[in-house]
Amino acid sequence: MHLAVEQEPVRECQYNQICTRNSSPAEGSLARKGGHRRKWQVFQGRNKFYCNGRIMMARQSGVFYLTLVLILMTSGLFFTFDCPFLASNLSPAVPAVGGLLFFFVMGMLLRASFSDPGVLPRATPDEAADLERQIDTSCPSGPGYRTPPRTREVQINGQTVKLKYCFTCKIFRPPRTSHCSLCDNCVERFDHHCPWVGNCVGRRNYRYFYLFIVSLSCLTLFIFSFVVTHVILRSNRTGFLSALKDSPVVVCFFSVWSIVGLSGFHTYLISSNQTTNEDIKGAWSTKRGKDNYNPYSYGSILTNCCAALCGPLPPSLIDRRGLIQSDDPQPLSHSNGTSLYTPTPLYSHMVLPKEARLSVCLSVCLSVCLPACLSPSYSLYLSLSPSVSHALSPPSVTRTSASKAPSSSCRLPPPRCSTPTLWSWPPCRARPPWAGVPACPTCPPASPRCPPPPAPPPPAWAARGTCCC
Amino acid sequence: TFHNLQELRHSASLVNKVFVQRDYSEGTTCKFQTKFPSELESRVERTLFEETVKTLNNFYAEAEKIGAHSYLEACVACSTAYLIFLCMETRYEKVLKKIAKYIQEQNEKVYAPRGLLITDPIDRGMRVIEISIYEDRGSSGSSSASSSTSGSTAR
Repeated sequence: MHLAVEQEPVRECQYNQICTRNSSPAEGSLARKGGHRRKWQVFQGRNKFYCNGRIMMARQSGVFYLTLVLILMTSGLFFTFDCPFLASNLSPAVPAVGGLLFFFVMGMLLRASFSDPGVLPRATPDEAADLERQIDTSCPSGPGYRTPPRTREVQINGQTVKLKYCFTCKIFRPPRTSHCSLCDNCVERFDHHCPWVGNCVGRRNYRYFYLFIVSLSCLTLFIFSFVVTHVILRSNRTGFLSALKDSPVVVCFFSVWSIVGLSGFHTYLISSNQTTNEDIKGAWSTKRGKDNYNPYSYGSILTNCCAALCGPLPPSLIDRRGLIQSDDPQPLSHSNGTSLYTPTPLYSHMVLPKEARLSVCLSVCLSVCLPACLSPSYSLYLSLSPSVSHALSPPSVTRTSASKAPSSSCRLPPPRCSTPTLWSWPPCRARPPWAGVPACPTCPPASPRCPPPPAPPPPAWAARGTCCC
Repeated sequence: TFHNLQELRHSASLVNKVFVQRDYSEGTTCKFQTKFPSELESRVERTLFEETVKTLNNFYAEAEKIGAHSYLEACVACSTAYLIFLCMETRYEKVLKKIAKYIQEQNEKVYAPRGLLITDPIDRGMRVIEISIYEDRGSSGSSSASSSTSGSTAR
């Protein structure tokens, strides 16, 4: 209601402005009376803003803090326990390079999570009305009937692409744009909603996201290799083979590959100029038709990579720090309770098969979680008690199978049993990883299904049923 | 909901807005259709309008061009972990400033005398070029009528 009251004089001025541009006394007084409200304060998506609009994130950011904690913990343990030994016995360059990598990873992560992913502002009432008029003339529909899905077809580089109407934003979504159901925004070149980063990944922050996962895989490889070096140097006393046999190095090795696998997947996407969204839907796969091809590809792998990583950085289209001007028509507000046109949330969500969502989530989860879970405890284990490795049993088989799951790389849903193992994974960190956690105590080894794990609640996205993509 | 639309249509006879849509034929780079909207026929010469849209398209093509300049910018930015953008404008932003200046200039020179005003596409999410058509008919009557319609649509 508050909003509605305030918007009324705003509109009035908008029409007064016909003759007296920028000089109407009413306009000036309104600006003074309303104080300096910025546009992010009336932003209509489900986003959170900090620092007076400089930082923009999705509303649910719990998993983002988990990512932060995991990365900080892994690196913190590495720097406190492994680095002093390596710096004195090997080279002081090890902590220096590690530190540099760490800051780059953190920089890219924060950049990806805090920036505008490429949100398209919603249509102004006039623009929406203009579109409505065009639609009405092409297909009349009575007030009692549900409007048919509205689409428009355009030719892009010779390929026909359907543009869907977005009932929330009141626009025909531009090509490659998709509506994120979690943030309630249309995002340009929508890749996916990444709960780990706590933001959508789209046109404006895909580059940061990619550099984040690439540098993170470098960092985990770096930490892994120097932890191995550490164990080799230390085990000179006890014998290398026995030290290696009794340590979870092999498991660590597999888990490192999962995040490397994710960066590999995104490298493939970049080189073919596709988004995760398009790849999962198979939008340009030849299975859909012989003459189906990706119209956005520049043709060569090198050009595609350059375009994604070295292309010009597009500006933010939501001027979120801008002051609300009285001659800015605000888009139709949902908070007022009514919207002009029939809102059908059915169409406003991205349609993805459940399995695809689950598998992407799982693979991302595995990729981020596993290396992070394993490395810290492992490096802690190494640095605290390198001599007791004989007494401890190697990790159980299940962990290896869980860490192998992502090697089916982002497409296929992992075997059912590995899901509960995954979710029961964080508690494993509480106890030492070498303590041999049984995989799924409740189910016999041959059983095809597992009951859900009792203790840890699944992540928020799993409960909602609408996950990252 | 239908009534509001009807009212909006009534207001259109007083103040109309024409929207030039994006042209996606060459991909997702920003480009607007140069098709001349019929609503402007009695207002502005076709060549003048096409000239404006073409100039805007050239500006956007310049901003989104992938070439030596953008490579250099990206490499320098990446090597400083993108911290350089705290104290430097991207090329895109520079071109956007040029566009804003150009639109203001065109409005003053060409469009305002003809009762038209162009809105900078960046204010409309780069989806449309919005052209507002103003009529000389007494401003008091038109503004009260349109404000009442807009008031009802807001609620």
